Amino acid sequence: MSHNSFLTASQQKARKKNFFILSILVVLIVITFVISMNTGVIKLTPMEVIRTLFGQGDAQQQLILYEFRLPRIIIAVLVGMGLAVSGAILQGISKNALADPGILGINAGAGLAVMLFISFFPATTAAPVYLLPVLAFVGAGFTAIVIYTLSYKRHEGITPMRLLLTGIAVAAGISSAMIVLTLRLSPENYQFVATWLAGSIWGSNWKFVFSLLPWLLILFPFVYAKSRVLNILNLGDLTAVGLGASIEKERRWLLAASVGLAGASVSVSGGIGFVGLIGPHLARQLVGAKHQFLLPASALVGGLLVLMADTIGRSILEPSEIPAGIVVAVLGAPYFLYLLARIKE
Amino acid sequence: MTSSAEAVEGLGTLEELQRRSHPVRAVVALIIGFVGLIFAIGLSISFGAADISLSTVWAAVFHFSPDLTAHQIIRDIRLPRVLGAALVGGCFAVAGAIMQGMTRNPLADSGLLGLNSGAAFMLAVCFAFFPGLPYMYLILWSFVGAGLGVLIVYGIGSLAKGGLTPMRLVLAGAAVSALLGALGEGIALYYRIGQDLAFWYAGGVSGTKWYHLQILSPWILVAMIGALILSRSITLLSLGEEIAIGLGQRTAVIKVWGMVVVLILAGAAVSVVGAVGFVGLIIPHLTRYIVGHDYRWIISCSLVYGALLVVLADLAARTINPPYEAPIGAIIAFIGVPFFLYLARKGGKEL
Repeated sequence: MSHNSFLTASQQKARKKNFFILSILVVLIVITFVISMNTGVIKLTPMEVIRTLFGQGDAQQQLILYEFRLPRIIIAVLVGMGLAVSGAILQGISKNALADPGILGINAGAGLAVMLFISFFPATTAAPVYLLPVLAFVGAGFTAIVIYTLSYKRHEGITPMRLLLTGIAVAAGISSAMIVLTLRLSPENYQFVATWLAGSIWGSNWKFVFSLLPWLLILFPFVYAKSRVLNILNLGDLTAVGLGASIEKERRWLLAASVGLAGASVSVSGGIGFVGLIGPHLARQLVGAKHQFLLPASALVGGLLVLMADTIGRSILEPSEIPAGIVVAVLGAPYFLYLLARIKE
Repeated sequence: MTSSAEAVEGLGTLEELQRRSHPVRAVVALIIGFVGLIFAIGLSISFGAADISLSTVWAAVFHFSPDLTAHQIIRDIRLPRVLGAALVGGCFAVAGAIMQGMTRNPLADSGLLGLNSGAAFMLAVCFAFFPGLPYMYLILWSFVGAGLGVLIVYGIGSLAKGGLTPMRLVLAGAAVSALLGALGEGIALYYRIGQDLAFWYAGGVSGTKWYHLQILSPWILVAMIGALILSRSITLLSLGEEIAIGLGQRTAVIKVWGMVVVLILAGAAVSVVGAVGFVGLIIPHLTRYIVGHDYRWIISCSLVYGALLVVLADLAARTINPPYEAPIGAIIAFIGVPFFLYLARKGGKEL
């Protein structure tokens, strides 16, 4: 930023504070990582983890760490980051504090696309994993276009309320379509699909990490580069037009990025809702409304949330697993209701 | 205390209301709806895996002879099923009409406001922890669940700054549905009763037996009579809280009784058919459009047309892709979603 040198003392203090908060979040993720390693049927203590990471562990420890735990943990963090940033974008462009890819039906659209694929090519026949995020992206994108078109009115554009109501209705339609599909499945396939829909980190191997990572690596920098635009959009359309931003175009690009992030995340995690809502909210409480800090903070909070949810889900009812999506919903829905009660319309 | 000016203003609105209600149209609509319902029920009974002619249906109902297989199919399988569909439809529609009138919220519907998901959640709990619980107790738990759902939604809505707006109720309903749905799903996954529940969540009346109807009908009958008794007060309440008070209504009492009626109707319906949404949204709008703003007519017409809609949906569910049955909930959603979208677009100004 060219104007960094003109920052006042108090602004510099705020920046320092925000950098400090971001590093605390990273530390918390590392701590949760260690705890997560130490839960499950076979536990790895922190020392064992470190030894294994440096190539000193025995074969069994290496297998557990590299083949099972590590990919799953990385996926949980990446999915959380993707969903939270997606939510931050949606909240920014719609100026609606309650927007979230789950509530808007974008997750459901991605889910439907993936589910159509699974019902025609069962999971047992090694599905082309790289295709799943693409499918989910197509499903999410299609749904987003439908919602956008349906809630767009000439002369009025998009109002946040209409966007939300439309999203809820479209999500209801998609979930009944999904129910029709689930009834056709064999009991084994059903259990798989149901677990996936409930938001389980099911793709716990490296292939899924590498199918998800490129999307985040491309879209995060793109969105971050648009931080200033998001800040302006947040001020309201009139101000934004006054400042010369061609808002409708910027809004569509950002919406596309948000859909891409949500779609890719949903393809490996199923329907984890509320992360996109809570992540940015908590982040805003921590670092304020400037997207230069809000976006990375949302990503970190989101990653932390899903990792924690997955760890809790794995350990609460051992040896059974509760999908992370359910843990997040049980924590997230009350928080959403709290926000709803507090926010003025 | 209410000023006399308000009361006068209330009377003015009352006159306008009378102008805006159409009793003649209502009676015609009721008769047409009732004939249509009888015809749809006959069609639904005669149609199925074994095709049975309408005359046999007539004979089976009025001159039953236990030796004929066709008569037995009709008596034991098709008749309870179609009557179940009609009852459920009537319940959802009347519940929706009462909720829309009381809250003055055009988007109110037991599915959107968390009642259905609350009842469904409670039933998941019963299936998992008390398998084989008699149906009589399942219904009671279903009422409790519906009450839980609506309590949270209304609680949140009324805690909020600015009160219960349509938008807020729908959002709170969506969040409560997500929460209760997630809890129910967690239980279902853990106990592996998911697919049993899934069919039932999806909505289907195929399993309806005579004893279901026997247990349900007293509840439903009492609730329906309650709804009709309340209907005049609900009309006044739909003009606005102040006006209703000005006209001498005890609004708090009406609201409590109205809610009790809604809970029984929605809870009973969910216990038969699962969480079917949108019936309570569409039908009251349709009838309001036909009969005007008098809830005595809206409620009685909703009863008939709700029954008709679900009987037809059940018929469609069986005929779209035999021998598979499509879930009723999905079929109604196909009509309900576009309708909701249309209302959302209008900004919910009607009512």
